[in-house]
Amino acid sequence: MSLQLEPTAEEIQSQRLYTDMGVKDHEYKRIVQLIGRKPNYTEIGLFSVLWSEHCSYKHSKPLLKQFPSSGTHILQGPGEGAGVVDIGDDQAVVFKVESHNHPSAVEPYQGAATGVGGILRDVFSMGARPIALLNSLRFGPLATPHVRYLFEEVVAGISGYGNCVGVPTIGGEVQFDETYAGNPLVNAMCVGLIEQKHLQKGIAAGVGNTVMYVGAPTGRDGIHGATFASEELNESSAEKRPSVQVGDPFTEKRVLEACLELVKSDALVGIQDMGAAGLTSSAAEMASKEGSGIDMNLDVVPQREKGMTPYEMMLSESQERMLLVVQKGREKEMEAICQKWDIESAVIGTVKEDQQLTLEFQGQVVADVPVTALTDEAPVYDVPSEEPFSYQEHQQLPTWRPKRKDHNATLLELLERPTIASKEWVYDQYDHMVQTNTLVMPGSDSAVLRIRGTKKALAMTMDGNSRYIALDPYIGGKIAVAEAARNIVCSGAEPLALTDCLNYGSPEQPNIYWQLEQSTAGMSQACNTFETPVVSGNVSLYNETNGEAIHPTPIVGMVGLVKDLEHVTTQHFKQAGDYIYVIGEAESAWGGSELQLLEDGEISGKVPHMDLDLEEKRQQQVLGAIRDGLIQSAHDISEGGLAVAVAECVMDTEFGAAMTMENNAAELFSETQSRYVISVAPEHAQELEQAIPDARRYGTVTEEKALSIKTREEQTLILQPTDTLTHVWKGAIPCLVRSKV
Amino acid sequence: MKAAVIVFPGSNCDRDMAHALQDFTDVKTVDLIPHTAESVDRYDAIFLPGGFSYGDYLRSGAIARFAPVMESVVSEAKKGKTVVGICNGFQILLEAGLLPGAMKRNTNLKYICRTVNVKVENSGTRFTSDYEEGEVLRIPIAHGDGNYECDEQTYETLKMNHRIVFSYESDVNGSTGRIAGITNEAGNVLGMMPHPERAMETLLGSEDGRGLFTSVYHHWRDTHVVTT
Repeated sequence: MSLQLEPTAEEIQSQRLYTDMGVKDHEYKRIVQLIGRKPNYTEIGLFSVLWSEHCSYKHSKPLLKQFPSSGTHILQGPGEGAGVVDIGDDQAVVFKVESHNHPSAVEPYQGAATGVGGILRDVFSMGARPIALLNSLRFGPLATPHVRYLFEEVVAGISGYGNCVGVPTIGGEVQFDETYAGNPLVNAMCVGLIEQKHLQKGIAAGVGNTVMYVGAPTGRDGIHGATFASEELNESSAEKRPSVQVGDPFTEKRVLEACLELVKSDALVGIQDMGAAGLTSSAAEMASKEGSGIDMNLDVVPQREKGMTPYEMMLSESQERMLLVVQKGREKEMEAICQKWDIESAVIGTVKEDQQLTLEFQGQVVADVPVTALTDEAPVYDVPSEEPFSYQEHQQLPTWRPKRKDHNATLLELLERPTIASKEWVYDQYDHMVQTNTLVMPGSDSAVLRIRGTKKALAMTMDGNSRYIALDPYIGGKIAVAEAARNIVCSGAEPLALTDCLNYGSPEQPNIYWQLEQSTAGMSQACNTFETPVVSGNVSLYNETNGEAIHPTPIVGMVGLVKDLEHVTTQHFKQAGDYIYVIGEAESAWGGSELQLLEDGEISGKVPHMDLDLEEKRQQQVLGAIRDGLIQSAHDISEGGLAVAVAECVMDTEFGAAMTMENNAAELFSETQSRYVISVAPEHAQELEQAIPDARRYGTVTEEKALSIKTREEQTLILQPTDTLTHVWKGAIPCLVRSKV
Repeated sequence: MKAAVIVFPGSNCDRDMAHALQDFTDVKTVDLIPHTAESVDRYDAIFLPGGFSYGDYLRSGAIARFAPVMESVVSEAKKGKTVVGICNGFQILLEAGLLPGAMKRNTNLKYICRTVNVKVENSGTRFTSDYEEGEVLRIPIAHGDGNYECDEQTYETLKMNHRIVFSYESDVNGSTGRIAGITNEAGNVLGMMPHPERAMETLLGSEDGRGLFTSVYHHWRDTHVVTT
């Protein structure tokens, strides 16, 4: 559409054209009030993307505010490209998670790839070198060709982008559940490392300073991506494929290297990624944070296609682009760095005093709106919240009990469940070793990276079990944070902070808003207990297909600090003869458990109890014992309970385990929280038992490569060769992917 | 000894390679050389690192071989200087015609990142003298296009002249004869898909890659340093 063919301000109003862009009637009225006239086509476009849920958090802001976000070690909380945490020695770790659910639902390869690209830019726009990528993925059961297509292509997209850029993809998790059949989740997290003196902000400071465009030229891809991300999916969503961007990791790699050189120059004032809502959001947010305005000349914006209108340029979500503010007169220095890396740069505007975003195109002013109207004045909705009937129904159900008696068979069936099965098929496709710092590869509780030149290391994990949250969002929210922290502790690290990605259905539904409210309250409480603030995050709402919402799925990405490389611990048994201890007693709590889902095909009832103080105490005890050198291996007990956990400890090792316990399904398979299975050298046993009074000795690591669990009366509950366990556990996903049905 | 590590746009194992040389051998100088450099003739050994040069967009290594620096790399190789291409570096050497054969997609059509067993087939080269013949090394692979292909005659020639330096113990990617690394006829150019620079420290899982870098260094020392 050329400029002349665009609808006029009158037509936009009379034909309610703004509704096509996701703007509601009352929002339109508010826009008219704020700018004192009817917006033209470009202007209504700016508002529509910046006021979308994706950019404005208009339904979630009040809930996000309850998260603790500061602490003595927090250098930057939410509000910038990524959160920043002090790790000593003048270094900081920078991280954030972001969703790319909607694009991945309609174009899985590019959707996932550009999700990785976007989160990388969020981190290097802070001046940090990306050192790790993680991802948390959710799909429907691998039972239909379409879900298998989504799964294979999402993994290929992450692999294709991350591997090329040269940042190791070292961890994450994948779960499968019917609830995600039409709406997969793709949450990508990036972790960066920075010398604190190079920290950057996305601000447009200094009147008269120059606004520069750096990176790939702008095309027509991704127009209205942020708006699309703020709608429910339905049959016609496939038509939105053109609003999915196409990634170019080779350009990203060069933009990354150029930016890391640019940030070392004192000529750079501010830098921000052009992410969702592209040029519009980066310009408006940079000006808003500083209380300034920006004049931009769209004629000089690097363009990939001919005849682009201001509307298209401003709303494009073409990838691999950055917006810079540079000291006036020093543009050439920046251009030289860009040229060295063979990427485009252009001077496209100026920082000004009046707080207006003013766009010129072919000699005309095509948009002139107050920056604050676009950002700070975006509506915030106080949404009604209503507890769904199902919640009380589940609370009142009689305690569920498993019916199965053949524990041997149950263990194998659990190991075969795609959610529990080995994800080797996935992470084999990710370069998890480039940069040569990966100490603990994917497949243990957390991935661990050393920090070169120090004796420190960073542990990182992503977690979120939506089944608990679906049944009980408050307790489920606590569990999500607790499990992440437990995974960090198991690797020998102290949890530092977290980033979260809140994936829910439409917040305009009171029952869904209630889920959001309850689960974030639970998460906040856990964050306070563990002193792990939320330093960054992302909200992805409207995850619905044809009116059916996904399970509420908050994903926690947590980073921890290993103080000494000596403390790095994995879940695998290390030595025959070591004692196996279980910390914490199993309760008969089955709501949302893997065994319940296996038996019933659905979840019901009360979720496992979560006592945050007990959780915190045990984390401190386990971490203390690891630091004192008392623990050889540590693994948290989660999906599938103790039997699955201990099976995971022997797999990929040369050992087996011989254990004794009650003939009790809860002992074997219950998902009671705050529990661990650890192995301890006999000479440290006494000391360990004093350090962790809740630890009970259950058995011994054996040379014989088999998992044997018996009662005291020598009745065999489980007896499986390690090789069989490994074969079943590793074979499950490749077998499902190859299925032709 | 002075070593050059060539950085093409899109290389991403350049730093890892430099660390391997700097931290674990006695090589005195290790320089990262941009793809635009006109000459690398002042270096004793030239390393082409892994990564995705030019995004591997046309075909792995196909564009990189036209990078300005390659003219000098080729002429130094022809003069007999030590040239090592690892992963994408190997692919570039194939495209540049310094080594025979070509790379196809892995047979499973997926990128594979995993530590595998690599057998030293010939310990009589300047790249492998610090290994035992038949020794099995634990070295990571990380590639999508590592399925080495050559015609039968080339394969026979490679085999007969002991130019197959490394092989995979099991079939990981479909390579002809499980080939993991080969040399040129003169024996001064090596290409290999596994990443020895990722196997330098037990802390990271294996130090079996060290021998390659120390062999190259020892070869240089033995041919350049006069001892009394």
